[in-house]
Amino acid sequence: MSKPKVASDWLAGCAGCHMSLLDIDERILQVLELADLRATPITDLKHPDEDGVDVGILEGGINNTANEAVAKQMRSRCKYLVALGDCAVFGGVPAMRNFFTIEETLRRAYVETESTDDSGKIPDDPELCKPTNVRAVSEVVKVDLHVPGCPPDADVIFHVLAELAQGRIPEIKDEKLHWH
Amino acid sequence: MVTEKITIEPVTRIEGHAKITINMKEDGDVDHAYLHVNEFRGFEKFCEGRMVFEMPLITPRICGICPVSHHLAAAKAGDAVYGVTPPRPANLLRELMHMGQMIQSHGMHFFELAGPDLLLGFDADPAIRNVVGLVQAAPEITVKAVQLRKYGQEIIRLLGGRRVHPNFAVPGGVNKALSAADRDTILAGLDDAIATTQLGIQIIKEWAEKNAEDINKFAVFPTGYFGLIADDNALELFDGKIRLIDQFGTELERFEIKNYLDIIAEHVENWSYLKFPYYKKMGWPDGVYRVGPLGRLNIADKISTPLANEELKIFKQLNDGKPVENTLHYHYARLIETLYAAEQVRVLLDDADILSNQILNTKHNFQGEGVGVIEAPRGTLIHHYKARPSGQLEKVNLIVSTGHNNYAMSKSVDMVAKTYLNGQEIREGLLNRVEAAVRAHDPCLSCSTHAVGQMPMIVDIVDAQGKTIQTLRRD
Ligand code: SF4
Repeated sequence: MSKPKVASDWLAGCAGCHMSLLDIDERILQVLELADLRATPITDLKHPDEDGVDVGILEGGINNTANEAVAKQMRSRCKYLVALGDCAVFGGVPAMRNFFTIEETLRRAYVETESTDDSGKIPDDPELCKPTNVRAVSEVVKVDLHVPGCPPDADVIFHVLAELAQGRIPEIKDEKLHWH
Repeated sequence: MVTEKITIEPVTRIEGHAKITINMKEDGDVDHAYLHVNEFRGFEKFCEGRMVFEMPLITPRICGICPVSHHLAAAKAGDAVYGVTPPRPANLLRELMHMGQMIQSHGMHFFELAGPDLLLGFDADPAIRNVVGLVQAAPEITVKAVQLRKYGQEIIRLLGGRRVHPNFAVPGGVNKALSAADRDTILAGLDDAIATTQLGIQIIKEWAEKNAEDINKFAVFPTGYFGLIADDNALELFDGKIRLIDQFGTELERFEIKNYLDIIAEHVENWSYLKFPYYKKMGWPDGVYRVGPLGRLNIADKISTPLANEELKIFKQLNDGKPVENTLHYHYARLIETLYAAEQVRVLLDDADILSNQILNTKHNFQGEGVGVIEAPRGTLIHHYKARPSGQLEKVNLIVSTGHNNYAMSKSVDMVAKTYLNGQEIREGLLNRVEAAVRAHDPCLSCSTHAVGQMPMIVDIVDAQGKTIQTLRRD
């Protein structure tokens, strides 16, 4: 059997969940033995393989139109989708933005901040995506496994990767289910 | 006239998302290349109403690669708001945690993010041009690199309970003293960390010798340089005044961070969610400056630890004592700083106060407003808070490291696109060099888009009417 293909990406998160993944330290070599790492933020393939990957992992919630597109592409190209970390699971700290309107937060950042000069305006070039409400990944696409934590513990992430790479569905419960 | 546009999206092996668009002229030459930062997160707004003392736990969620920078900058801004000076041992411990972060972040960048370009080559097959390819090509070095990152992360964990998003600094000090056992654990790993960093320095020097031609034509340009400095002009990563020098090395300013609004301002461009800081007296864009490892070594005359200071002398010869302008020398500068951070770990651990339990000052003299600063791995990080007497925040302003380098990254992308793409048939390895122009700055796009978000980097080919003809993506 060929190695299962794994792809990952980050959305409205902080990269901390991917850092926690790297915190499995030397065990990364074991993961590389078991799985074929495809498009991820630390490899140079830009998108999950068109003919599909076995496991897709998303860090971060969805807070703009670009995130939506990435989540949908990942969903359509992976068999099994993991929402990694609190942001992906329920929006996390970035979802505090939902207490304000998008217009208010943009004005604060680009017009009102004390250091912004009189060129201040809300960027709206067509190359830029549009901010939206902050949502959990599962509010936009179907998620197969939720792994909570900010970030989830490296041991939990290793467990998830090792199980999936060996064709098993990981169980996140008991001592593996914690948020510290 | 612009006839075509190339889009590279996302830029990989950087923290966060970015997109590059390169507008091409009729004759096939580059008209202009843009770096778009493409997400907005809004921390500056949604922290309003939170308590000042919560900020060391909320703001690290801006960036999981350098959460310690936000953790400490927030605690320092909190010190200023509450008008409290942390006891000396607390500052030593905060600095120790910060050195752990420098080691892990710089180490990871050199070996795992930029390393594939340097060790495997800009033109290597993109399918293997990554850490997996490195494991195959140079397993021993890769394992050492993983251990170096682990070493830095463990310092953070021993102090703050966890590697990512630790809970340690509070306004007035820190919440836990260092045990003798933990001090010994950190000391035990230090020699290996130094050896691996020296190996990295050897690798980058050999690489620089072989690639002198690339280094000298790859985004070399004058700017000012900006960062913390010690009173005797030694490299400083933790605390001090800010020094700004011009392109020739002449000091323009030396100031306390609480006065930052008199010195710098931020410009907004419509095509990026990332703002552009500049030196007010010179105005936008003449007043642009660079931060991070290159900027810091350019403003420093010396380093207080011996091994790093020897390397700094060699670095200073690269441009006859004048500021080093080559973007690719960010890599060498980054490793010299890593060496300093490791040596500084020993200085801190040998300090007689390091195990003291005088770690928290609770005598407040509420000021209501305060600015905190630190040299994050990628450059100067500023947190500025205004609070009501209850401690609830009214206003939050953040200027992050990668922001200061926004102009430099955009300029580098444009220059490298022009240098390498003009008159050439466009191929992947050349586009990878355009990405490497961003990568050299080790941007922290989650950080820079705190207020802002991630930064997808794309290369599109657009015609004169603005219609996209071709989008180069590597899937
Ligand atoms: S869950 Fe926490 S660590 Fe993960 S991306 Fe969100 S803020 Fe960062």
